[in-house]
Amino acid sequence: MILDGKCPSGPIETSWDRHRFDTKLVNPANKRKFKILCVGTGLAGGAAAASLGELGYNVHAFCYQDSARRAHSIAAQGGINAAKNYPNDGDSIYRLFYDTVKGGDFRAREADVWRLAQVSNNIIDQCVAQGIPFARDYAGYLDNRSFGGAQVSRTFYARGQTGQQLLLGAYSALSRQVKAGSVKLFPRREMLDLVVVDGEAKGITVRNLCTGEIESHWGDAVIVASGGYVNVFYLSTNAMGCSVTAQWRAAKKGAYFANPCYTQIHPTCIPQHGDRQSKLTLMSESLRNDGRCWVPKSKEDTGKNPNDIPEDDRDYYLERKYPSFGNLAPRDIASRAAKEQCDEGRGVGPGGRGVYLDFASSIERVGQSTIQEKYGNLFEMYEKITDEDGYERPMRIYPAPHYAMGGLWVDYNCMSNIPGLFVLGEANFSVHGANRLGASALMQGLADGYFVIPYTIGGYLAQTKPGAVTDENPEFKKSADEVRGELDKLLSINGSKTPSQLHRKLGSLMWDNVGMARSKESLKETLQKIPEIREEFWSDVKVAGSGEDFNQQLEMAWRLADFLEFGEVLVHDALDREESCGGHFRVEHQTEDGEATRDDENYAYVAAWEFKGTGEKPELHKEPLKFENVELAVRSYK
Amino acid sequence: MKLTLHVWRQNGPDAEGRLETYDAPDVSPDQSFLEMLDDVNEELVKEGKDPIAFDHDCREGICGMCSQVIDGVPHGGMERTTVCQLHMRVFNDGDEVFIEPWKSRAFPVIKDLVVDRGALDKIIQAGGYVSCHTGGVPDGNAHPIAKPSADYAMDAAECIGCGACVAACPNGSAVLFTGAKVSQLAVLPQGKIEAKRRVNLMTETSKELGFGNCTNHYECQASCPKGIDVKFIAKLNREYIKALF
Repeated sequence: MILDGKCPSGPIETSWDRHRFDTKLVNPANKRKFKILCVGTGLAGGAAAASLGELGYNVHAFCYQDSARRAHSIAAQGGINAAKNYPNDGDSIYRLFYDTVKGGDFRAREADVWRLAQVSNNIIDQCVAQGIPFARDYAGYLDNRSFGGAQVSRTFYARGQTGQQLLLGAYSALSRQVKAGSVKLFPRREMLDLVVVDGEAKGITVRNLCTGEIESHWGDAVIVASGGYVNVFYLSTNAMGCSVTAQWRAAKKGAYFANPCYTQIHPTCIPQHGDRQSKLTLMSESLRNDGRCWVPKSKEDTGKNPNDIPEDDRDYYLERKYPSFGNLAPRDIASRAAKEQCDEGRGVGPGGRGVYLDFASSIERVGQSTIQEKYGNLFEMYEKITDEDGYERPMRIYPAPHYAMGGLWVDYNCMSNIPGLFVLGEANFSVHGANRLGASALMQGLADGYFVIPYTIGGYLAQTKPGAVTDENPEFKKSADEVRGELDKLLSINGSKTPSQLHRKLGSLMWDNVGMARSKESLKETLQKIPEIREEFWSDVKVAGSGEDFNQQLEMAWRLADFLEFGEVLVHDALDREESCGGHFRVEHQTEDGEATRDDENYAYVAAWEFKGTGEKPELHKEPLKFENVELAVRSYK
Repeated sequence: MKLTLHVWRQNGPDAEGRLETYDAPDVSPDQSFLEMLDDVNEELVKEGKDPIAFDHDCREGICGMCSQVIDGVPHGGMERTTVCQLHMRVFNDGDEVFIEPWKSRAFPVIKDLVVDRGALDKIIQAGGYVSCHTGGVPDGNAHPIAKPSADYAMDAAECIGCGACVAACPNGSAVLFTGAKVSQLAVLPQGKIEAKRRVNLMTETSKELGFGNCTNHYECQASCPKGIDVKFIAKLNREYIKALF
């Protein structure tokens, strides 16, 4: 089937304004009659729930954490982009739009990206009004810094905790609506099913993570803003609870999963220290401005103290391979290059999975105090985790899964192919194409939540009758019974492997075969092995405790069960996409010097996968991508 | 290294709790404290025993989910460090370690080391915000804000809402948490308009929820993983008194 994103036609500059005018409205007096369920309270979900509550809708918001203030948006460090052009350096909505389309390696929808760039300015205004303490200059005006993939300074920031401050802003707006009575919070709830009645999303089934109760919730529309799925690799920079579960449960009810193979591997993370590690920690990419990446030329030197390795015996591989960009090569390139060195046996640190990031020459040039001023907190964090002093000895870094560009398929209204199911933020696929630029995730989350969904959801609700379907509908009981059946099955296996053992197994398979470099062979092998691990899971997992109370082992097992199904779809997508673009690198499709080669003629489409049963090949639906405002070009970093 | 753990186990809010002893026989100094507990739990699960429940999520010191009292000190006593960022190299082979949940009347235990911190959300819901609607706000640069004020607001805004301040306080007071939010917004022009109402509502709500008063022990600042300064308590008091007039 050919999918239609329902983007407005005509000049792109006015597309969102025209679309807003054309979208039906819900009478203010009628809004309170509609109930909207919102899953996830990160930037996208929190902002959506707050804004819809302000409009007068009756909103129920769900999150698995103990408070709406803790979603993983909170961990974003760097900043948020906007086309304000405050520095007078030539920025504009068009330039932000252009940079984002190009940065995404021409695999995003133009109209969606335009809208994102357009509302980016409103986001900054909104956040300032909420009292978010952005960095300011001595005259009291907002400060900007530069970020990757752009030649202008358009990134607004609050020290190294921009995500935290933006999330607390959305949380405060949400708290205000809780007090006003328009939003009701349901923390410590996990969405385990989407209830679809007559083809439309009308509710969810959740588990109360404290009491174990399986609850049915009905709504006139359902918003899923549950974040991304890179914990499919087990070790990632995501929080421990981040999962594909809400997305996957919707996919199993018919929502298409778009571009799941577009995963972002961030080059500068603190390497794994052993095989019992639980997660990886990101170090801001800005470090590569002053640090030089290298590994020993010879394998024999990898165990030596790096300071004892003479200059001639070091391989500054990024400078060697990409002389013009050097250490500032983009994320995907830098990540793959680091992996290559380690695969050749020249990696350093535990397990040979690390490369050096060396500040010695910068310290010699500008002095330690200058480096300290710029990156002091990062050196501190590095020392806390590794017990090594990055000023005295080169840091060790290694790439790690960080972000999912893919997600549930949505049209221009952020509505999935199931009417009434809206998907926001990282959970949808819409604006980042095959690669996300730094400081754009926060922008998208808040754009979707504050400025897109409040308009587009009205278009859907206006043609429905409020409260037409409630939890009295038999579909709700059916769904709850199915969930309970699954629960009983999980608890009854009583095998010998713990959920985290099996998650590590899946993670290492995915990382080795579907991580930074993918080949037809590695993908086919993975397609064989995932079902084996799934089989092992369903026959030999051991889930301690009961379903009747707080049970974190059960939470882990349930999330893993979904990763074990979803992982296959990711691999199918990677196998189908016979090209290299952004975060998706197929070794068969590269130039002689290792550059990704895109195939615009055959692959300029969104791949939206329809679930056809566990272990069955999902069905591919395509949405062709048209580029009418940006010319397709090759990204080169030589 | 090998450690002996004494861990608070409690089946539910109304159940009786007790300390139980577990061995952590093979601890790597590079592990985080939570990873050490993960290993203990893996063994417990394999032995068919109930693993230790503890809250955690981002494991990089920012979400505020982790909440353990280690050897009597919330977050374990390393300066500006959450439990998840506490690494095992600060312990010694043979150490006995006591692990307990946050202890406060306002934070009922859910299970083992997991407590209900919903009361902190209620303090924010009482007034910890600027009442602005989405849309219809002026340009971000319309009102310059002096850098010292913006920096002061940011110092307060760094609070991660973990509740260590309450757990550390002999009175179980949430005054550092409340003071940080009140101060952040009181110093900014956009927050000044509601300052009086806000400080009254938040303080009253905090009392109703069972949090105690401040008697200047300053244990809160000492245990705060973000180093939130007690000067924000003084600011809260000033705002409170100003609101009387």
